[in-house]
Amino acid sequence: MSILVLGIGNLLLGDEAIGVRIVEALEQRYLLPPHVEVLDGGTSGMDLLDVMANRDHLIVADAVLTGDEPGSVVMLHDDEIPAMFTRKVSPHQIGLADVLMALRLTGEFPARLTLVGVVPQTLEPGIALSSVVQQVLEPALQQIVAALKQEGVKVIPLEVADANA
Amino acid sequence: MSQRITIDPVTRIEGHLRIDCEIEQGKVVKAWSSGTMWRGMEEIVKGNDPRDAWMIVQRICGVCTTIHALASVRAVENALGMEVPVNAQYIRNIIAAAHSIHDHIVHFYQLSALDWVDVTSALKADPQKAAQMLNGLSEWPLNSAAEFLAVQNKIKALVESGQLGIFANGYWGHPAMTLPPEVNLIAVAHYLQALECQRDANRIVAVLGGKTPHIQNLAVGGVANPINLDSPGVLNLERLMYLKSFIDKLGDFIEQVYLVDTAIIAAHYPQWLTMGKGADCYLCVPELPTDRKSEHYLLPGGYMENGQFRPITTQHDKYLQQGIEESGKHAWYQDDKPLAPWEGLTRPNYTGWQEDGKYSWVKAPTFYGKTVEMGPLAWLLCSLQAGHQPTQQVFGQFASMMKTLTGEAVRTEQLESTLGRVVGRTVHACVLHQTLSQQWQALVTNIGTGDHETFIPPNIPATGEIRGVGFIEAPRGALSHWVVIKDGKIANYQAVVPSTWNAGPRNFNDEPGPYERALVGTPVSDPAKPLEVVRTIHSFDPCMSCAVHIVDATGGEVSRVKVM
Repeated sequence: MSILVLGIGNLLLGDEAIGVRIVEALEQRYLLPPHVEVLDGGTSGMDLLDVMANRDHLIVADAVLTGDEPGSVVMLHDDEIPAMFTRKVSPHQIGLADVLMALRLTGEFPARLTLVGVVPQTLEPGIALSSVVQQVLEPALQQIVAALKQEGVKVIPLEVADANA
Repeated sequence: MSQRITIDPVTRIEGHLRIDCEIEQGKVVKAWSSGTMWRGMEEIVKGNDPRDAWMIVQRICGVCTTIHALASVRAVENALGMEVPVNAQYIRNIIAAAHSIHDHIVHFYQLSALDWVDVTSALKADPQKAAQMLNGLSEWPLNSAAEFLAVQNKIKALVESGQLGIFANGYWGHPAMTLPPEVNLIAVAHYLQALECQRDANRIVAVLGGKTPHIQNLAVGGVANPINLDSPGVLNLERLMYLKSFIDKLGDFIEQVYLVDTAIIAAHYPQWLTMGKGADCYLCVPELPTDRKSEHYLLPGGYMENGQFRPITTQHDKYLQQGIEESGKHAWYQDDKPLAPWEGLTRPNYTGWQEDGKYSWVKAPTFYGKTVEMGPLAWLLCSLQAGHQPTQQVFGQFASMMKTLTGEAVRTEQLESTLGRVVGRTVHACVLHQTLSQQWQALVTNIGTGDHETFIPPNIPATGEIRGVGFIEAPRGALSHWVVIKDGKIANYQAVVPSTWNAGPRNFNDEPGPYERALVGTPVSDPAKPLEVVRTIHSFDPCMSCAVHIVDATGGEVSRVKVM
């Protein structure tokens, strides 16, 4: 079993950063087993080919434009996701769609796909999340924790791990 | 009656680009290149500690992250008058070269090959004949009839399932697609193999950079890679050998596949070596410094103006630094007059798209008042002029392949064209790969002498003002970061990026930018499918996905074509 939790987004464009901020929080606050890899993917495309290939489960955290209220958290699975990417829901997802399609060609497409998306309020240049999006970082993170637990992954909060050490 | 084409792409990375073309009698007669998103990202680093700037600016763009990081540390080191340990130079050089090679392979195969290659035509190919075509040209083990047949079956299955995926948006059957079916099959097979081989370049960046995307090992004053040959967890002998295995594997693909494919495509599209000239002037900066003071470089720099060559032997050359200005006359800024980057002002003044006025968020940079083309073509022309032996050797190899295929040698003046840019990129990748092996050996040898130094702590003055500039010959051309440090903090910061030079609007003297000039004369056989325009724009490697809107004289949208 090999799982990648991938945060995507541009840290310099306000709420575009939410995907990266979510995986940073996951890494900082939880102890995860070695078969779960966490990566800040920034805005990259083809650089991510190697790390996304052949995963049993790819979990992506990202900013998405669904038409819902800013701060809405959406969960999508498997076939719903590439379709969503081709509608260009966020400024960088053409790259991720390209990588997914390339993995389809090479026969290395992830067995399962989950997207935890947050609808942004602002994409203006600046290194800060809007308060609306900052407030949903925690619930979005808990969606990822729940998805990992569903895979049977032991997700241990660091304070618990430290207390037991 | 003239017709207008507007290519208005949306992109995730290098700022958004729109191209407008006026077409008469099947040819482009006038073109406009407009950046439609204000970058303004430099504002974010103001007030920050100069040692942190590289971490921030490498997030500007999703493709050139590494290159922005390197330009930024060089700018601050230049301001501080610092030296850099040679181990750090070698490590940075290996990262920069591997990054550029990755970028070039992805551009040739994944981003632009489908402008020239018709995937559906590959179905009609004879795999046996395809394998025979490569006899004597390439020793790549996967050039077998069996492999080509397997690829053909894969495409057949994709076409029959109706899920062409990444191939869905091509101009299949376009009259300008003229490759024989066998060449199309070879190219598609290598397209798929490139998806695997490019990873080795990225792995090199990851081993040394600690992480990709967005490397973590840089520092103002060197790199954060501790060296100890016998210790686990740092840069030791095992890691170095691991690195070497990727360098070697990558070389086989570049020399036996990428270079050969470039020659085959150029041989079949000779007319594209006669059009698409973007400028009369070309600039590239010397790259891959090998000493503490950054005075000696593996790759040459230079400036060409109407065929006259002036060598640039160091990035600290005042001639290089003092010639660069940016004008906002045709851009949406208040200040029309050309200004040096350290004095650069970024005061927006949006007016809407004006044909003869302001029409872009991109300023027009100039070098001593001239519009200049940057990138692998500029690098190739300057390197040949500088008599750089490895470049001459690789270009000679390419030229002799062309002679085998067409019976005619390639003349240097044919390089100033759409396909010349493609050739320049391939030669650049080959030469960069040679430097990878060279730099790896230099690093191992230097460590062997007992020199483990990788970092010199910077000393930033708490008061007063200092200025620095950091250049790098990036995949798309010469990039420069300009920093003003006041009382220990960043007071001004400007990034003059290669795409600004190439995609810039008309300059202060109303002369067109390289994209705009390169498009004039381009034939457009079907305005609803402007494949030819896309070929020339992609030859600059703008690295963007775009949506093409075709607008008729009355302004109505005729059709919309998505372009990769």
